[in-house]
Amino acid sequence: MEEKLREVFARALDIPEEMVKDELEFNSIPQWDSIGHLGLIAALDEAFGIMIETEDVIDMSSFKKAKEILAKYGVQV
Amino acid sequence: MNCMDRFFENVFHLEKAKKQEYLLDELNKAILWHYNHCQEYKKMLDTLGKKGGHYHSLEDLPMLPVQLFKMIDLVSVPRENVIKILTSSGTTSQQVSRIFLDRVTSSLQTKALISIVGSYIGSHRHPMIILDTKSVLTNRSSFNARGAGILGFSNFGRDHLYLLDEQYNIQWSQLEAFLEKHKGEKILLFGFTFMIWRYVYQVCKKMDKKLDLTNSVLIHGGGWKKLLDQQVDNVTFNRSLREQLGIQSVHNYYGMVEQIGSIFMECEEGFFHAPSFSDVIIRDPKTLQVLPFGEEGLIQVLSVLPKSYPGNILLTEDLGTVYGEDNCKCGRKGKIFLIKGRLPAAELRGCSDVYSYQ
Repeated sequence: MEEKLREVFARALDIPEEMVKDELEFNSIPQWDSIGHLGLIAALDEAFGIMIETEDVIDMSSFKKAKEILAKYGVQV
Repeated sequence: MNCMDRFFENVFHLEKAKKQEYLLDELNKAILWHYNHCQEYKKMLDTLGKKGGHYHSLEDLPMLPVQLFKMIDLVSVPRENVIKILTSSGTTSQQVSRIFLDRVTSSLQTKALISIVGSYIGSHRHPMIILDTKSVLTNRSSFNARGAGILGFSNFGRDHLYLLDEQYNIQWSQLEAFLEKHKGEKILLFGFTFMIWRYVYQVCKKMDKKLDLTNSVLIHGGGWKKLLDQQVDNVTFNRSLREQLGIQSVHNYYGMVEQIGSIFMECEEGFFHAPSFSDVIIRDPKTLQVLPFGEEGLIQVLSVLPKSYPGNILLTEDLGTVYGEDNCKCGRKGKIFLIKGRLPAAELRGCSDVYSYQ
């Protein structure tokens, strides 16, 4: 599942999968800025069939954090 | 940061005494931070003989005129830490403010905005129509007030539709498809007051086209200056949008790019509210003396959020009146106020003379 999440991140942010590591943080690369973030959230909603709440949208500050948050929605990663 | 995170869970809870104590402590720290990290800010405080603090009341805190951000770049972090530069829209003058954000301040602003707006519309993300054009977001590292507002509020929405094309025309077919797709769902509408009036309401009115946006909530801000010239006030605006577009629930907000995140939202009772981490003080436009509740004057805004630029305590060019504190029927604590408009330009010049630091 982590593989799928990595794929979604890479596709949504338009970056190579190798860049998607636990340490990858929001606003640390030009692609993952506020605009990139909106696209990422939409991609996650769609890929996992969930609807992320607003608090979690802004809490998703790293790839690691994303895994924790998705777990709350029943996505096992 | 954890302390702040907890704080953001309820941003309208602090009563007067607790709030003043909290703000004073945070703002004293902020002033000292900026004094030590922003050369220009230090020079100004030194010139005024105030140095880095310590202040004993909110009213004594040194304020900067908001116009100052149009004249000089004020930054309190190393330039390489700046991730975003915000600019005012500059509709009324050629000069625009430049506000420098690092990751910390940017994140605080987003969290603050979410906590305030969440108090009105909850945390569930709704299908969202942005009553503007996507082209305001073309440059990703520099936004004007409109772009920054759109991005901040977009966190509350999903399946975002930008209603206007690049020429500001309503994209009718996309709108119809969107409304069909989200039939029965609550829709979040966001836009800027003047843009909504000019490019949505007036266009629909002229075409005699009625929309059914009954099940929606509109949040708008950006100011009334252009509309007051056309005799459009808040009541007229709300009534017109209800009649033509079917919008029943409208929240106006007051905020500025120099303190983005700390917005003042209009509550169900029709008043702007100061959240627990920001405040307003009304001052006499000529003497700058603090005025009591009920009297109209210049609005001073205070916010704990700015860390990367010295924008915590600002004297605006807007006129307004505070009507009370901790007493609004809507249940939220904090001061409540209304905006009257802007100080006329001639008086403004006089006002910035008072603040001429050169």
